[in-house]
Amino acid sequence: MSIFKKIITAVRGGATEAGEAIVDANSTRIFEQEIRDSEKHVTIAKRDLTEVMAKQMQAARELAQLQASIKEHEGYAMQALNQGNEALAIEVAEKISELETTAAEQQQANESFLKSADRLKELIKKSERQLTEYKRQLTMVKTTESVQKATSAITDNFTASNSKLLNAKDSLERIKKKQAMFDDKLKAAEQLESETPEQTLKNKLQEAGIGEQKNSAQSVLDRLKNK
Amino acid sequence: MNIHTIATHLNKLADDTETGFNFDCTPIDGEIDVLQVEIIGREEIPIFVSISDNQILCIAYLWGEDEIKSELKANMMEAMLEMNIPMPLSAFAKVEDKYVVFGALSINSSLEDIELELVTLSDNSLEVISEMDSYLN
Repeated sequence: MSIFKKIITAVRGGATEAGEAIVDANSTRIFEQEIRDSEKHVTIAKRDLTEVMAKQMQAARELAQLQASIKEHEGYAMQALNQGNEALAIEVAEKISELETTAAEQQQANESFLKSADRLKELIKKSERQLTEYKRQLTMVKTTESVQKATSAITDNFTASNSKLLNAKDSLERIKKKQAMFDDKLKAAEQLESETPEQTLKNKLQEAGIGEQKNSAQSVLDRLKNK
Repeated sequence: MNIHTIATHLNKLADDTETGFNFDCTPIDGEIDVLQVEIIGREEIPIFVSISDNQILCIAYLWGEDEIKSELKANMMEAMLEMNIPMPLSAFAKVEDKYVVFGALSINSSLEDIELELVTLSDNSLEVISEMDSYLN
């Protein structure tokens, strides 16, 4: 069963009683062990790959040398034939045959090394994918555990302090009230600020019709009538 | 990063706050360290911060199973799913019988990132309760 399914099943099954772990500690240890094993496999496979690649390079180099040597001896054989020296040509041909046998062996070795390297590369990729997967699952297990433990600490804290989480609507209402109170205080402060003694005196004078008067619709109308 | 570093940073912010809020942090003892973060003026909906190997989790509790109008539960869940992506930085989840909003941050996040996460989570939780009002008792 996938770890995701395990977690869901455990949560749905009510494995959330205090002290009861959603994913048993053993699972965590198993994942950690599997991660260590996968890491070991990757390290070994990478070391093997280096070795195989080095051997393949060596085989390819030797093969190239053999092929050059074959070409060289073919030239010698042609020269011997041109000179009519059949005996020497046969001797060279024997050498060429020997070289060709070795080259064929070397070719085979080269191909086998190439195949091994490909297989190892595939293995490393697979192990690394597996490793990522184990790490992801371990994260899920650990996060589930830590959230569970954190939740129990939070719950204990509320129980210990004799307080409880309020009903959502009540909480919002209280916060809004506090916000409104804060806004009212701010407004009151602004109002107070504007009511300076100088301002108050000006208002009193205006009310008494003394000093500069505000333009009213009536005064505008009166002015127009007088024109 | 540990909860004490976060607590020290948030508690001493005062007027240097980037977000305009003040914080009151209280560490809660337990097998896993948890930090209770109260935003001043919003003490009723605290945010709980816990740190694991690779992430910082911030959780705000919204409402309990018992607060939902049972006949509207499916509608509520659909509304929550629809709201999940538009809601900045946070996502819905359920812890035991409580619905929560949470945000997960990298363990390498800066203290400013954490402060922003907490304030956004708090804004989101108020908004969500206000929006989901009709589904709740």
